[in-house]
Amino acid sequence: MNALYSLLFVFLLVLIPLFGVDAAHMRTFFGVCIPTTAFIIFIIGFVYKVVTWGRSAVPFRIPTTGGQFQSFDPELFKQNKLDCPQTGAQTFFRMVLEVFAFRSLFRNTQVSLHQGKDHPVVAYKSSKWLWLFAITFHYSFFIIALRHLRLFLEPIPFLPVGAIEFVDGILQIGAPVMYLSDAGLVAGVLLLLGRRLVLPRINYISYVSDYFPLLLILSVALSGIYMRYYAKVDIIAIKELTMGLVTFHYVVPESISASFFVHVFLVSTLMAYFPFSKLMHMPGVFLSPTRNLPNDSRAKHHVNPWNDPNIKAHAYADYEKEFGVPMAEAGLPLDNPENGVPKDEAEA
Amino acid sequence: MSDIPKADELFKSIDYNPPLTGWMETPVDFSPGHWCYPAKPEKIAYMDKKLPGLWGEPRQWVPSDVDWKLPANWKETVVNGFRERLKKFRSLQLFMDICVRCGACADKCHYFIGSGDPKNMPVLRAELMRSVYRGEFTVAGKILSKFTGSRVMEEDVLKEWFIYFYQCTQCRRCSLFCPYGIDTAEMTMMARELMHLVGLNTNWIMEPVSNCNITGNHLGIQPHAFKDIVDFMVDDIEEVTGRRVKAPLNEKGHEILFITPSGDVFADPGIYTFMGYLLLFDYLDLDYTLSTYASEGGNFGSFTNNESMKKLNAKMYAEAERLGCKWILGGECGHMWRVIHQYMDTMNGDTQWSGMTTPKSPITGTVFNTAAATKMLHITEFTADLIKHNKLKLDPSRNDHLRVTFHDSCNPARGMGLLEEPRYVLKHVCNNFFEMPPATIREQTFCCAGGSGLNTDEIMEIRLRGGLPRGNALRYVQEQHGVNLMACICAIDRATLIPLADYWAPGVTISGTHELVANALVLEEGEVRTMDMRQEPLPGFEDEDDDWTPPTKEDA
Repeated sequence: MNALYSLLFVFLLVLIPLFGVDAAHMRTFFGVCIPTTAFIIFIIGFVYKVVTWGRSAVPFRIPTTGGQFQSFDPELFKQNKLDCPQTGAQTFFRMVLEVFAFRSLFRNTQVSLHQGKDHPVVAYKSSKWLWLFAITFHYSFFIIALRHLRLFLEPIPFLPVGAIEFVDGILQIGAPVMYLSDAGLVAGVLLLLGRRLVLPRINYISYVSDYFPLLLILSVALSGIYMRYYAKVDIIAIKELTMGLVTFHYVVPESISASFFVHVFLVSTLMAYFPFSKLMHMPGVFLSPTRNLPNDSRAKHHVNPWNDPNIKAHAYADYEKEFGVPMAEAGLPLDNPENGVPKDEAEA
Repeated sequence: MSDIPKADELFKSIDYNPPLTGWMETPVDFSPGHWCYPAKPEKIAYMDKKLPGLWGEPRQWVPSDVDWKLPANWKETVVNGFRERLKKFRSLQLFMDICVRCGACADKCHYFIGSGDPKNMPVLRAELMRSVYRGEFTVAGKILSKFTGSRVMEEDVLKEWFIYFYQCTQCRRCSLFCPYGIDTAEMTMMARELMHLVGLNTNWIMEPVSNCNITGNHLGIQPHAFKDIVDFMVDDIEEVTGRRVKAPLNEKGHEILFITPSGDVFADPGIYTFMGYLLLFDYLDLDYTLSTYASEGGNFGSFTNNESMKKLNAKMYAEAERLGCKWILGGECGHMWRVIHQYMDTMNGDTQWSGMTTPKSPITGTVFNTAAATKMLHITEFTADLIKHNKLKLDPSRNDHLRVTFHDSCNPARGMGLLEEPRYVLKHVCNNFFEMPPATIREQTFCCAGGSGLNTDEIMEIRLRGGLPRGNALRYVQEQHGVNLMACICAIDRATLIPLADYWAPGVTISGTHELVANALVLEEGEVRTMDMRQEPLPGFEDEDDDWTPPTKEDA
């Protein structure tokens, strides 16, 4: 049901620019106003959210450690520097692997129950599918985004744009040359989507807001592929428009076909939706306190900005007052010998 | 225990397929057995005097009743408390926003593995809170509630929190596998703080919290009784080894203050571990003291709110100052060490007295810079260093009747990174050491299912279900290698793993690591021991013991 809702939304989103451009001829609105507005929403929303996180305190160092910490004897007990970092540099590398290689996801396992010969067996096996799907999806998306820079830059720098295009099209399939990333993105989205639909547990935890971004990104990818490989849109005219957007000299050439507006509208929706959605995991991963802090709070002093110095231990003096008599009888030393005298005796 | 199904039946009842109804529509089972008893009102009243405003109105209530006697303004209190904590904890704010529900955590929780209840998937457990966050605090959630999985705070939601956030042991196994490090333990801690504000609590946590504050330890053992128990252990050590050890209590002017969880003081098999500490320290002639006032390492406050955690933890430094100790040695305990390692110095470092120094072993001269801020050292670090420097004469063959495996306690493993030191100690004090399967040890270790204040009998079935992953791994090494003892470095483990092993891997006993150290420790040249610390005959001395009658009976 949630997936169907999402699908319906995306269809509507495709229809809006089709209608708007073909029937209503709102070319400037869809070519300039919508993308500009979406971009502004994206930037402001993104920054607002990150600033909100940044203003929230990190009172304690709570890294989740995986592997041996830096011991008193680093030779005897070898530290796992990447999963249990103690210095800033080690933590940096932990984060690099997390962000670029999805390291935590790489160690994913899958549990299964079996009836053994005479007792039950709980088995675990490595499960790298999610990692594979996710990394295919994210890298394809990332490369495609970089490739698009050629539309906004003049002249086009070889690094990274040209180089990426070269590698991306290295198999030289078809004309225009097929980009591996295009295939990767579609495959990645379909696999992640399929997983949500097929696996009962994942299906159970999926909302419209989980399917919608996947379907939206799929529609962005498909509309892009359609333009490049089938409709063969007027790329020179499009570059004129995009350069106009970044230089604030807006032009909407007549030769641009409706498929481009569909693509731009979907991308705009994605941008505007981004800051309000789970897609914010992209900046969020950098701020995660269980990953981006060194495991050094026993060795170094850290400050909790709202630590309350008025919270103090139950005073020993009160403790001795309460238990002084039996303490004295048991022969335990007392700070104040009077506490060891039974009340009635003291009064007498 | 009688109505708990047999292990095989329980195993067969686990179904990983979610129900047909959506999770928000699936009702929660409030029948007895699904919750721990609420706190006695007098415990709440006491803590409210010490830390006012954090506990709600003390009252008698029962989770199986419809009316939980919530205060009139409960909703306002919870929502405002939530808002406040979003600012105070970036972890909470971030974890509310960035989960993509990828499901990597879903089958990592021991409670899910043993129950199949989808609300025990960490992702869904956190959604119990996240749904409210979206519904109360985000624009998108307010407008598109159905599509974003949002809901507003309602009594049913709060009741659901009570069941499921007291069904999380804060073991952090899910956090290890999460691509963003989302830590359900953080969420559980926050949810519990909020529930405490309106008086939803459990006695198994609140009674220890108030006891720790009054008497120094969670059992409420008063100082003279504490001394009695220690004296008994001194007698028992003499019975086993012939050596009368010193056990200094509340004495001023010693270099080291030793603090261990009070679970080690009162019950099997913790007492044998405690005897191990005492024997080791006497052997070394260590300049140390125990304290009755700071007689609890375990911090039950960390299961309620961070104010209580700080307050209970502060006692360690206060006592070090009063007694003039230079540094603190800590016993084998799980969450005690998470608190010491990740929270202690940040909360209470400023209250250290000027005489405290970085821990330095008086025996080997090793300076433990890893503990330079807290001035507190883990006993397995201390002992590993002794072994490395050949300061202990050990006869591991005295543990030859034991085939040993090691259970990594969650908190030292995932909240600290203490993995090798206890293994190093164990491998030097026993000859037969076997690891459980890799997916169940070290940072991937499974919880004993009794942590964070859940080791109480009223939820025994839940505990046994949660204990399935650990119990099954144990059963595996029992069959493969004949393992008959599981060592651990946590007092809650020593309490909860016993019923767990009896249920899932009958025949395996539980011990702390320093019990085995004590068994192996050769006190003097040519020392012969006939029994282990439990006063059970060592191999080769069984016959002698058959004729042996307890002296008390002989006298009678």
